[in-house]
Amino acid sequence: MSIKLTIMDHMEQIAREHGKTLAPLHDNLVLLDSGLDSLGFAVLVARLEDTLGIDPFTAAEDAMFPLTLGDFVKVYENGAQQRAVA
Amino acid sequence: MKMVRSNAPSLKGRIADTAPERFFWDRAARVCVNQLACGTGLGGRLAELKGRSVVVATSSQLTTALALIELDGVARRLTILPPDTDHLDAVIACAEADAVVIDAGTTDHGALDLPLRVVCAPAIVPAEQLSRYVPTEWVLLTSGTSGVPKLAVHSLASLIAPIGAGQRLDGAVVWGTFYDIRRYGGLQIFLRAIIGGASLVLSCAGEPIADHLARLGRCGVTHLSGTPSHWRRALMSPEIGKISPRYVRLSGEIADQAILDSLHATFPEAGIGHAYASTEAGVSFEVSDGRAGFPADFLEHDRDGVELNLVDGALRIRSSRTAQRYLGTRHARLRDHDGFVDTGDMVERRGDRYVFAGRRGGIINVGGLKIHPEEIEAVINRHPQVRMSLVRPKQNPVTGSIVIADVVLKSECARSGGELQIKNDILALCREALPRHKVPAAISIVPALDVAATGKLARRHG
Repeated sequence: MSIKLTIMDHMEQIAREHGKTLAPLHDNLVLLDSGLDSLGFAVLVARLEDTLGIDPFTAAEDAMFPLTLGDFVKVYENGAQQRAVA
Repeated sequence: MKMVRSNAPSLKGRIADTAPERFFWDRAARVCVNQLACGTGLGGRLAELKGRSVVVATSSQLTTALALIELDGVARRLTILPPDTDHLDAVIACAEADAVVIDAGTTDHGALDLPLRVVCAPAIVPAEQLSRYVPTEWVLLTSGTSGVPKLAVHSLASLIAPIGAGQRLDGAVVWGTFYDIRRYGGLQIFLRAIIGGASLVLSCAGEPIADHLARLGRCGVTHLSGTPSHWRRALMSPEIGKISPRYVRLSGEIADQAILDSLHATFPEAGIGHAYASTEAGVSFEVSDGRAGFPADFLEHDRDGVELNLVDGALRIRSSRTAQRYLGTRHARLRDHDGFVDTGDMVERRGDRYVFAGRRGGIINVGGLKIHPEEIEAVINRHPQVRMSLVRPKQNPVTGSIVIADVVLKSECARSGGELQIKNDILALCREALPRHKVPAAISIVPALDVAATGKLARRHG
């Protein structure tokens, strides 16, 4: 599964667990409007570390938290690439 | 608080030579304790230790036990070193020690190079007895996880105050303990054995749990004590069937309902009690109704001279069972100006009970919401296939921390597979019982969890 699909899969799962309604997912979706709150994103980052083996936010010292879903996916794609290079 | 000079007999005075024979065992040796009434294990050198500040640095618990019986009422101060004590130089300087008792296995260390060294052996030879008049200070090291241990000063009176007349039990009693008797929890059992006229089976460092259980069974243990972590580990061993204690005791950690129920299922005939105790506060109370936590009225009425109160959710204790002070000047006062010891243990009221929520310092902060890992562990441990669990913080860019759980399954489940299903069941249980921020973000099934030398689950706060 692509990184993007993996992320969307987890978001849907977490929304179900937390009883939240998820907005339709697309690249320009502002994360704050997605339906997940900060705890939901915290869980998402933890689960993605389990699934993908990376936590690009904690690994990079200056990582900014992305604004849109597209940015968020990009951070993980870059993180996966860097790991592949290293 | 003024010093009370006790007229109570010394430990040796409690070893009557007319009583039925009783024994202290370790893995290698057995000693008939009655012989100490007119004998010694110190090679006739007890008189040299009179009035001194003595460090007990014996390697085996058996020689520790003999040395403590002989030195109470003779030494001015007894400082008991648990195995592998860190910062030995600082500890010995703080104790102002001028003598050390060692045994054949004591590892040499420069800090033990004191003016007087006496060797204790697990063989008792007849000796003339000394008069005992010194009110000995008993100094115990607290079990902090890092830094120089604190030295808490007890007296024999404060140590044995929790051991009421009710401790004299019918029939021959053989105590056993998973604890090391050089720490408060184990020392209580050693003292209970002496006061109650019982035998005692000592634990040995590095002994596999299966061997220890088999040895407890061979010695006919009737009363057995350990932390909930000790007990969970024992319940994972098939050798648990080798023992059938009449009394099962837990202390030193929170006893949750799952471990109490497991022990009741394993030993349906046994009395099961959990005690609330710490090196500083002593044994404050014991609960024997088989339920986790303690009755709310413990806080409303003094019981056996023990007063409890709550400040900001933390339990404070005032009683004759608490330690008097810390040695040295580095540390805060052990008691406040009203004589209360702040335990740092947080409790919460649930109906007619108070339950332990965890340590004040062990709080995990998830996005500003405070979490006691122990509360989540208690929920996870309710799952029928879970033996024990550890909830710990994990750094998280969104909320600062998030909680994750490491879970050990009961041995029969570990082999049967289906881990994903069990993880999902545990998460469902947590979601049902806990607010959202307390539900672990991830669960790992692990083969074992570290138990520290103190018998408590090893927590790395971070």
